[in-house]
Amino acid sequence: MNKAEILVIDDEAQIRKLLEITLESNDYIVKQAATAKEGMILAANHPPDLIILDLGLPDENGHSVLKKLREWYTNPVIILSVQSSEEDIISALDNGANDYLVKPFRTGELLARIRSALRTANTEETTPVIICDDLEIDLASRTVKKKNELVKLTATEYHLLSLFVKNEGKVLTHHYLLREVWGPGFINQSQYLRVFIAQLRKKIENDPNRPELIVTESGVGYRFARKE
Amino acid sequence: MVNFFINRISKPRQYLFSVLIVCAISAICFWLSTYIGYRVLGFILLLTVSMIAMVFDILPVLLTAVLTALIWDYFFIPPTFTFFVGTTEDMIMLLMYFVIAMINAVLTYKIRQVEKMARQKEEKANTVKLYNTLLNSLSHELRTPISTIIGATDNLQNNSAKLTLQNRHELIAEISKASFRLNQQVDNLLNVSRLESGFIQPKNDWCDISETIYDVVKIIEENNTHQKIRISINPDIPLFKLDKGMLEQIIYNLLNNAAQYTPEGSRIEIMAMCYADIMQIIIEDNGNGFPEEEIKNVFDKFYRLKGAKTGGTGLGLSIVKGYTEAMGGTVRLENINPKGARFTINIPAKTSYLKNLKNE
Repeated sequence: MNKAEILVIDDEAQIRKLLEITLESNDYIVKQAATAKEGMILAANHPPDLIILDLGLPDENGHSVLKKLREWYTNPVIILSVQSSEEDIISALDNGANDYLVKPFRTGELLARIRSALRTANTEETTPVIICDDLEIDLASRTVKKKNELVKLTATEYHLLSLFVKNEGKVLTHHYLLREVWGPGFINQSQYLRVFIAQLRKKIENDPNRPELIVTESGVGYRFARKE
Repeated sequence: MVNFFINRISKPRQYLFSVLIVCAISAICFWLSTYIGYRVLGFILLLTVSMIAMVFDILPVLLTAVLTALIWDYFFIPPTFTFFVGTTEDMIMLLMYFVIAMINAVLTYKIRQVEKMARQKEEKANTVKLYNTLLNSLSHELRTPISTIIGATDNLQNNSAKLTLQNRHELIAEISKASFRLNQQVDNLLNVSRLESGFIQPKNDWCDISETIYDVVKIIEENNTHQKIRISINPDIPLFKLDKGMLEQIIYNLLNNAAQYTPEGSRIEIMAMCYADIMQIIIEDNGNGFPEEEIKNVFDKFYRLKGAKTGGTGLGLSIVKGYTEAMGGTVRLENINPKGARFTINIPAKTSYLKNLKNE
């Protein structure tokens, strides 16, 4: 497989340097832009496999850059944001970002997110059987097995789980999950989501109190994390 | 306290109140004039001016002085119902009345000005003191990790030939620890400034308290291996509608405090309960507890226990109190038998027992 090309749009030279070293040493080709304008030109001239976009750019708000990009750019976008801005993150995810990282972040975490985003982007057709550790989900026959034993899920629980596995590694916001599973009228009924996530965890996690499959992204949503 | 309310009365109202009070007192004097001589009534009017001078601004007071002098002259000094003064003696009395009333007004006003200035000066001194404490603890708390980072990177850059591989790993580990500490201090500062700004509104949403507690405990245990934290939550506890971000911060700070300040191997326990519409969280440890005389101070900003080990800004518990109160709750600290400390958090919150919809 050819080396994947990543475009970094961030105005902080130090962050760009850090990302350049981290990504190049992990066999990615890195292009850099310090402003939104520069980033848009680079992306348009030669669309990269993935874009890392900082929300706090000097010349243009990151959200509007994201919206413009999403008019034509279909590959993954990972958002970088500073701490304590859950609203920012949620609105970026709703506007088509695939994932987000909060500064300061661990580079190991960044690499995992990039791998996951690129993998999801490359598998057009979801394979019907997904195996995570000792959990087996067959999307064709709509069955779930834990340690080779059939797990009984209610229709809602299965719907939630199938959304998670189809978007493996991606953060799904509370609003997205409520809208998809219960319908547009329920986007503020977060108590349903809390209850069903807890029930689902009891059925599929090894330790429902220390979940490893359905991970909480505090204030934002949940992520289905397959162990690498 | 009285001044506080009076100061809020607008200027035009002060004039109105002065005139009304003068009219009322004059009416009483008029009724009294059948029993008491007009000179004593003069003193009652003068007393009125002094009283008004204690609370109102200078101009309404001067108006009161002039008004009462005229009323005294017109209604009470014989011949009554004229501005004409009968005797020289009364003439001198009236003039003196007028001068004394003025002096009264001006002097009281001046005293109040001096008082106000003294108060402002004191407030400013307190602010400066707070600011200095902040700067001191900050420069220490921020500079220590910064020094570590600068020192370690210097070593790695310029001294690399002499360093063993193990040295290098240790230096890198120190840089990592220092950055983590810096980040934590910045978080604390952001939290404090959020609270200081005075208009934080809790963003309430349904919260699975046991999920929140397990998540926070996981973060604490990742960075701290000395103690094990025990969690006891009734599995039937309802969902609560509250600000999850604030609650996380509260639990994190309390557990982090316990983890940092109790001896190795201590027991730390967190419990969550529901009483009617109150969510209660108790965090207990069997460490050394708090000195009784300092318990009332520990939630103050920048307060650090006497003889506490270095590190820490004295902000953690003040953030706990700030966020708890922002959600309308209370926090209490007490020592427990045989030893240890117990923090009790009570936060009123809507509950939902939706957990029964199992078959949907």
